[in-house]
Order: sequence, then C-alpha cells, then structure tokens
Amino acid sequence: MTETPQTETELPRPERSECPATVDLAAAFEESGVREVLAELDATMIGLAPVKARIRETAALLLVDKARRQMGLATETPTLHMSFTGNPGTGKTTVALKMADLLHRLGYVRKGHLVTVTRDDLVGQYIGHTAPKTKEVLKKAMGGVLFIDEAYYLYRPENERDYGQEAIEILLQVMENNRDDLVVILAGYADRMDRFFESNPGFRSRIAHHIEFPDYSDDELLRIAEIMLGAQNYAFDEGARSTMAAYIAARRSQPHFANARSIRNALDRARLRQANRLFNEATGPLGAEELSTITEADLRASRVFHGGLGTDRRLQPAAE
Amino acid sequence: MRLRQGQFSFLPDLTDDDIRAQAQYAIDKGWAVSVEYTDDPHPRNTYWEMWGHPMFDNPDAAAVVFEVNECRKAHGGKYIRVIAFDSTAGWESIRMSFIAGRPADEPGFRVVRQEGEGRIVRYTIESYAMREPEGRRYA
Repeated sequence: MTETPQTETELPRPERSECPATVDLAAAFEESGVREVLAELDATMIGLAPVKARIRETAALLLVDKARRQMGLATETPTLHMSFTGNPGTGKTTVALKMADLLHRLGYVRKGHLVTVTRDDLVGQYIGHTAPKTKEVLKKAMGGVLFIDEAYYLYRPENERDYGQEAIEILLQVMENNRDDLVVILAGYADRMDRFFESNPGFRSRIAHHIEFPDYSDDELLRIAEIMLGAQNYAFDEGARSTMAAYIAARRSQPHFANARSIRNALDRARLRQANRLFNEATGPLGAEELSTITEADLRASRVFHGGLGTDRRLQPAAE
Repeated sequence: MRLRQGQFSFLPDLTDDDIRAQAQYAIDKGWAVSVEYTDDPHPRNTYWEMWGHPMFDNPDAAAVVFEVNECRKAHGGKYIRVIAFDSTAGWESIRMSFIAGRPADEPGFRVVRQEGEGRIVRYTIESYAMREPEGRRYA
C-alpha cells in the first residue's frame, strides 16, 4: 500500500471554540437520552444482570469520555468494538440492537443502524470475490454497527485456502483505520469464540469490550415465556404455568437447548396444539378467553415430557 | 492550471470532512453517490471511469470518503470526482458533481487553430496532458 501525495491545501481551520470549564454529567446523561435506552434495556430484557452492568459501565465510560473531549482532555476515539459471547438464545442480537441505539445517542456512531451479517455475507465463493463483498458490507455498516453473528465461522483452520482469512484481514484493517466510522460487534458461542480469538490474536487486541452472556435461570425463562405470550395476547392458565416451569427444567437437560429461543419454539408449538385442540373440541362459539388461553394439555403433549427429542422420534414417528 | 469543473471548483481543494458533508447531503436527498476517475481532463469528457458501483444503499457518507481514499490509492495521479445521481422521475440525471482529487501537476490546455475554407479559423482546446498515451499522462 502506498501513501498518496497529499493534494489538499490545508485550510486554516477555526480553532475549537473555547472549552467549558466544568461539565455536568447528570445533565449530559439526561440530554443524551442514554437513560431511556438503559431503562428500556432493564424493562424489556429479563435477567442478564452482568450484561446490563457492563453496558451501564460502558455507557458511563463513553459519557465521561465525551465530556473529556469537550474539555479538550481526550482526542482519540475510544475503541468500541465488542464481542458478545454466550450460548444460543441468550439475547445477543437484541442487546446489539440496543447497543447501536446507545452509541448513536452518545454520538459515537452517526446513524445508529445495525447491519447483521454472517459468514455468507462476507466471504465470497471464488478468488477475488471476497474483498469487494466484505467492503460492500462494511460500507453499508459505516455510521452504524456491524453485527457479525457466529463470527468464528469466518476462520476455518481445516482449509488453508479458505477465503474467510481474506475477509478477516479486511475487517481488521477497517476496524483499525475507520474506528470513527463503524463499530464491529462479534457474536458467537463462548467456547468457539475463544478458539477463534486464539487463532486470530489481531481480533482480540482490537476488541476492547468482551461481554459474556450468561444462561437464563429457570425462573427467568418462565418470565420470558409469559412476556412472549403476552406480546401475542395469549396467557397461561394456572396449570399451564406450573407445567411450563416443569417443561423448562426438563428441556434444559436435553440436547440443543437454546435458552429463550427454545422457549419461543415451545410456545409456537403450544399455540399450534391449542389451535388444534380448539378446532377438534369446540362445540359452540368461542370467546376471547378460550382463544387466548394456553392450557396444561397444550404443553403436556410436548416430546420433552416423553423421553426427549431423540427417543420420541423413534418411538412414535407420526406424533403431534 | 487548475481544472475548474463541477461544483466548488473555484474553492480550495475539499478536505475529507468537506467531502463527507457534501456526500451526506446527497445521501440524505436519496441520491446515489458514486466515485469516478479519469486522466482526460477535457471538459467534454463526460464519461469518466467508474470506481466501483454507485452506492445506492449506504446510509452514511463515511463509505464515500472511504471509496474516495481507496481510489486515491489506486489512481492518485488522476482526477477523481464524486457524483450524485437523482433517479426521481423528471430528473434522472446527475444532481451533484465535484472534483475530489487531482494530479499534483496540471499542465493545462492549449488552443488549437484549424484553417477552414476561405478565411475561416476553427478553434478548439487540447490538454497538454493528452499528448501522452493513456496511463502516462500525469507522472
């Protein structure tokens, strides 16, 4: 890469307007609208206490940094690239969306949009395809946040000619040179991300904030289930509620447990069974109450209560 | 001789921040911004080489500045311009165009006189740079 001669004649720029002597952090906090984002985060996301604490800290840091810049104490843009690690269904994407909003309100990204990509969007299929593809995505994300889901797929050590490496190099370069323009959030399962960072030390050092997403507890998942149902105007009856608690405990010990995502899928299937039940059993007109109640029977029919996912398929292939 | 073409050409060269601000204006208007380069400075040369695709769906002008800088790396010794295309019915044409990069040395133009029938003289201009073949015009 060669340095091009500077063709611009530098204009004498007006000096920065004189720095304020004091700074009111509370006022800045109110003004920037960070409070609303944090409050929304608290209200809409169940559990995730360590994540919320980290975001609060990050927000405080950025607010102070902004104040310092206004007073002329700091000039460098802080590194804002992050990595979200955690098991499936722990809310990484949702938090990334909130993070984009937060950074936008603090003025660290200009637009605050979130561009979600996976390996397919970055890595090309033939030689020379990857670089333009990656750059296209990066350009689209400029002024906002680039969220790379399952980022460890970018690196495939078993294939040394894999184009993922090329995408990684471009990413690193832009992450370093265009720090003002975009924030990159890498997300993925904890163990695989650790391996990914080990083999790409450049990434680890360029990412300042590593945020770990813990699994939800059973209570939290039950509350999430109720909120999910509430959002669709459904509700549990008393029996269903305790059944759901039992379901969560049973589901957790079975393979492919994906926290809130498993719950959402379970509820989707319960709605299916409820519809089926209403259709088969209803004799007269139905009220809103019946149409929006999930009963114990709707949940009990789940494979989770009959020996788990794998066994069920073998025993009764045409079930449900 | 400084080439005067498009907007802002009588101002000092635009800085990256200026380019960003202008491109952001175009993007906010919904115009597709693109970067082009050429080494043929003739004013009638409307079709410059495209540097990448027009940027239809980038909400932020940082991408434009990024591409201008990439273009400078590859074609630093040529003219680079940023154009904004308005696709609204009735316009369907370039709404903005300004030079974002120029060669260090611009030799300027000469007048060419052609003797016509009778006492007619036809005038035209030619860039001194055009005497060299393409690719060797500016250092």
